[in-house]
Amino acid sequence: MTTDVQRKSPFKANIVARMGWLLLACYVVYALNALDFTWTRFIDGLGNGADFLSEMIPPNFERWKLLVENLIETIEIAVIASVFGVGLSLPIGMCAARNLMPEWVTWPARTVIAVCRSFHPVIFAILFVKAVGFGPLAGILTLIFLSIGFIGKLFAEAIEEISLKPVEAMKAAGAPFLSVLIFAVLPQVFNRFIGFATYQFDANLRNSTMVGIVGAGGIGGTLFAAFQRFDYDFLAAILISIVALIMLSEIISVKIKAIFND
Amino acid sequence: MSVENTIKGNGATRSLLIENLEKEYVKGKPVLKGLSFEVSGEETVGIIGPSGTGKSTLLRCINRLIEPTKGSITVAGQDITKCSGKDLRMARRHIGMVFQEYNLVERLSVIENVLCGRLGYIPVWRAWLRKFDQADINRAFQLIEHVGLGEFATQRADSLSGGQRQRVGIARAMMQSPDVIMADEPTSSLDPKTSVEIMELLKKVSSTEHIPVLINIHDVNLAKRFCDRIIGMSKGKIIFDGTPSELKDSHLSEIYGGEDWLS
Repeated sequence: MTTDVQRKSPFKANIVARMGWLLLACYVVYALNALDFTWTRFIDGLGNGADFLSEMIPPNFERWKLLVENLIETIEIAVIASVFGVGLSLPIGMCAARNLMPEWVTWPARTVIAVCRSFHPVIFAILFVKAVGFGPLAGILTLIFLSIGFIGKLFAEAIEEISLKPVEAMKAAGAPFLSVLIFAVLPQVFNRFIGFATYQFDANLRNSTMVGIVGAGGIGGTLFAAFQRFDYDFLAAILISIVALIMLSEIISVKIKAIFND
Repeated sequence: MSVENTIKGNGATRSLLIENLEKEYVKGKPVLKGLSFEVSGEETVGIIGPSGTGKSTLLRCINRLIEPTKGSITVAGQDITKCSGKDLRMARRHIGMVFQEYNLVERLSVIENVLCGRLGYIPVWRAWLRKFDQADINRAFQLIEHVGLGEFATQRADSLSGGQRQRVGIARAMMQSPDVIMADEPTSSLDPKTSVEIMELLKKVSSTEHIPVLINIHDVNLAKRFCDRIIGMSKGKIIFDGTPSELKDSHLSEIYGGEDWLS
């Protein structure tokens, strides 16, 4: 046995990938310089942050009535938007599933979903404030569109992953299409749908605290006003309430999922 | 109330007549080349033949899950090939089908799966409200008892073994009150003992429901043991049609090719 033949390394060097990493590193350094992101600037920022934090403590819950009112409006926006948004995304998502529907149905449904997904919630909120005026209605519409974009897409994908075997069996038994849907398709995706819906409710709750910033109702408006008036102790109270609200909804959604998960 | 004197099919002669059936997936390359045969009474017919010879295509042409290219298929006096839309749905209700991989809804219970066989008979709104006729519900429970799964009626399908699932599949097909039942490789996913039990059950179904049963099957010995009649297919043609005792090694070597495996 000779060992003079040098075996090739088992791991092939990928020149293109290495060049790519190098380029990325160079660009990050360049961008940091371009944005004047320096260490001194960072330390300055930290000092500023410390001032800001010290003014937030202790949180001021004196205007708790306003706070509660706002929170209730926020929850209302989230609940209404979730009910309609999730409700609408069921049929839209179903129409978008390419394994069940012909192309002339999936195409429009996919377009609707794509449009709903194309804008950031803030842009939707501004559009709807301009369209229907200030107040919760604009926030609700924003979140409905967001929900359709998100759940519609996930739901369509979930349906595309089902087993078509029971569908075949029911077709063979002469079942009408809508009966096939309820008995062969829905049982296979219901679980995941509940998961998506509770996740979306969570997301809607978080987003409904934001839409107020552009005047679309909810606690965001008060939050923004507190910022502008340098009311940092009240601001802290608002932030704490939002955290509490989100945690509460997290607990509730875990419970809901536990009920339907088997 | 016994199983057989409940709701029946459309009452006409419960038979299946196939004439000159042809199927081409690709033009000019027929998979089924002019098949003709008739099945009636309480006959159990085993269809044997090598993989890829069109046995599954044949069964799926009968209920038009696959469109036949030419020929006619008559079930209980009605030409299936001339049906479309709602008529086709109505016709399919009278053709029960049992699948190799059971095709149950895993997340539904046994009784729900069996009731699915009734979906062709009830309007959509009733399906959505899950409001089945009491007669159907009673029959479903009877059928579950009949196939030997009485104590599993409310269990979920995914908790059952292969043989139990196939029993559910058979009960679902019976739930359609069919004029003919077709089974596509019903035993291919099962162990030998369970396979025998499933074949026994299919035979029993044929006699209690007074309907013919068509069974695609790979196991020649099982076919010879349980079927009244064997149809041997090769390359899209029927090359044997007779009783199991008439089926000789020479036929088998013609159907499957070669003879070394026969011994």
